[in-house]
Amino acid sequence: MKKLSARRRHPLAAVVVLLLALAATGGLYAAFAPAGTAKADETAQSLAIEEGKKLYSVGCASCHGTGGQGTSDGPSLVGVGSAAVDFQVGTGRMPAQQPGAQVPKKKVIYTQAEIDQLAAYVASLGAGAITPTEGQYNPAGADAAKGGELFRTNCAQCHNFTGEGGALTYGKYAPSLEGVSPKHLYEAMQTGPQNMPSFPDTTMPEQEKKDIIAYVQAVNGEKADNPGGLSLGGLGPVSEGLFAWVFGLGALIAVAIWVAAHTAKAKKS
Amino acid sequence: MSTVTNTQKKAPAGERVADWADGRLGIYTLAKANMRKIFPDHWSFMLGEICLYSFLIIILTGVYLTMFFHPSMNEVEYAGPYVPLQGQLMSEAFNSTMHISFEVRGGLLIRQIHHWAALIFLAGMFVHMMRVFFTGAFRKPREINWLFGFLLFFLGMFTGFTGYSLPDDLLSGTGVRFMQGAILSVPIVGTYLSMFLFGGEFPGGDFVARFYSAHVLLLPGIMLGLVVAHLILVFVHKHTHFAGPGRTNDNVVGMPLLPVYMAKAGGFFFLVFGVIAVIAAIASINPIWAIGPYRPDQVSTGAQPDWYMGFAEGLIRVMPGWEINLWGHTLVLGVMIPLAIFPAVLAVIAVYPFIESWITGDKREHHIAQRPRNAPTRTAFGVAWITAYMVMLVGGGNDLWATHFHLSINSITWFVRIFFFVGPVIAFIVTKRICLGLQRRDKDKVLHGRESGIIKRLPHGEFVEVHEPLSQGELYKLTAHEQYEPAALPPAVDENGVERKIGAMEKLRVKLNKGYYGDDNQVAKPTLEEYKEIQSGHGHH
Repeated sequence: MKKLSARRRHPLAAVVVLLLALAATGGLYAAFAPAGTAKADETAQSLAIEEGKKLYSVGCASCHGTGGQGTSDGPSLVGVGSAAVDFQVGTGRMPAQQPGAQVPKKKVIYTQAEIDQLAAYVASLGAGAITPTEGQYNPAGADAAKGGELFRTNCAQCHNFTGEGGALTYGKYAPSLEGVSPKHLYEAMQTGPQNMPSFPDTTMPEQEKKDIIAYVQAVNGEKADNPGGLSLGGLGPVSEGLFAWVFGLGALIAVAIWVAAHTAKAKKS
Repeated sequence: MSTVTNTQKKAPAGERVADWADGRLGIYTLAKANMRKIFPDHWSFMLGEICLYSFLIIILTGVYLTMFFHPSMNEVEYAGPYVPLQGQLMSEAFNSTMHISFEVRGGLLIRQIHHWAALIFLAGMFVHMMRVFFTGAFRKPREINWLFGFLLFFLGMFTGFTGYSLPDDLLSGTGVRFMQGAILSVPIVGTYLSMFLFGGEFPGGDFVARFYSAHVLLLPGIMLGLVVAHLILVFVHKHTHFAGPGRTNDNVVGMPLLPVYMAKAGGFFFLVFGVIAVIAAIASINPIWAIGPYRPDQVSTGAQPDWYMGFAEGLIRVMPGWEINLWGHTLVLGVMIPLAIFPAVLAVIAVYPFIESWITGDKREHHIAQRPRNAPTRTAFGVAWITAYMVMLVGGGNDLWATHFHLSINSITWFVRIFFFVGPVIAFIVTKRICLGLQRRDKDKVLHGRESGIIKRLPHGEFVEVHEPLSQGELYKLTAHEQYEPAALPPAVDENGVERKIGAMEKLRVKLNKGYYGDDNQVAKPTLEEYKEIQSGHGHH
């Protein structure tokens, strides 16, 4: 205590006292003020929101703002809905690292329960697309052929014939749809993440989304078969041409060298 | 002619059949003249065979495919076994290709052999053409045969393109739309040409049938004729060979057609067939079931033509979308300029033999295949041309370069725009330097021998590497090429003091000639005196 009182006349003493006072006031306010509203409705939903908010403050707030209002580093999340959160965090795109032309898919770092809590919090900021239920996205019994037609009309421009992905301008791209779960496919169509346009139920009804999911699974899913053999990435003539040059002509030239090296010997009489 | 009498023993059956045929076809004299035809042995002389055999394979498999393909654009509903297309509307052409792929026995394999063989045929022709180019095998008397070969490559591109379009799938339909766009960009007549070709507005109901007759009758018919002419000329001119002991401009050293080459070539045919069949059996090509039927309102990303048209695709993709509007008419420069560059780039390589013989003034017959290093300017030109071609292929696949190397498609497009012009210049300079460097190395080897890797320490402490002299044969190989004198303009005034008239073309020719044979453009061959002087000095100096 002696040390402290000895410095009470230090020129910065006033500043330190002011900072302590501000911290105390702010801390007390933070501790009391929100607690009053939360206590008013203590349901599972509000608990999820509460937990989600905590996760949000740690993982998301630095870019999207403390209240989801957005900053210069990230867009506002007001009104994006729980489906968008489920897609972005569920595919590992969010939280983003290394800002580039586009946020890539990466390892998912939250559990599904945490993702649901985050989604609940973001959904509480404003009404938006709701995470679909199994009944909405499960493609069982959907028409893959009809889905193929819809896919070629609406999706293939960017994602290629069978969803292998494609390039967009300035380093952006439409990602490959290989291994994407039906739920995430549905949510992507519903919310239009990053450069993708959104296809809400008003323009593309639920059944059509299911048909598209069925098609993607049929041609690019785990059970998709390639009757012709190796699909060579499903990229069309560029990979086929490369294959023809390297393995086709390459093998034939190797054979030619072999044949030329084995010539008939002149008969010794 | 043998006369068989009753007293004589009957000749063997084979002889009698041959005799019968000879009496009617005169095959004996024909065979006698050609059976002992000599072919030199070198793997690069077999590239043409790869093309010939893949062409035959294409014809054989193509005949099988015609039995099941319906070249019609009538709309039908798919009811075949491939579930993700069931109930979809498609043309009969697409439907029958689906039928070939899934229901005809061996259909998919034959289709894939046909298509893979086509890609390999074109790639083989490209490499064969480059072999002939870089070894100077197009020089007199083979210029016409070079043109035949070039025409085969050119027609092969369009035969391939029409074939690729036949299944009427979404990928090839986009390609046909691309071609129609190019036709539309032709000033004044473009619209009429398009209407004429498609029998009305695109896509109409005619183009598959029209492409079909071009693909199975017109183009392959011309190509078959050209192949025969090409082979006849190979027989007439005889094959070139590389210089070596006993191998001169006046002979051909190798093995006779019968029996050696017949066996080799026959065996090689089956090897080519085998390699292509294996590739077709393991790798899918043009999986139309995954691509879907063509509809003008649909399109997919990554829509490229087969590789031999990728160069044209690149030209369109990287060309800025310029257009000029005049008096209510639009001149689509963004498409028209690539359409003009496309044949121009191909024409440059086609007429090169004539340009070279004009520049060099060399009208003699050549039967020795040159080593590329000994023709640095030509080699550099060839590499520059390939560079331009390859840069455009990169442009044609710019989207896949972007996605697979995590690059911006815009940057790639700019790279291609710049390097289409800059790349060939760099390639020309670098290749020429490399060729001259290799010539110097040859000269060094001739004069000083081969580096043996043995280090010897001399009495005074110096270390030297022992060089072994080359054999007589190797010395001959390295010095067999001709030494050319650069052309020079005649004196400005003739012997009477009258000013000589020298045309601008002649001045240009002499200038270009110096680029071929001037001091900096070829390394002087070692002379006998130089060789003797160094060899008498016993090694090192």
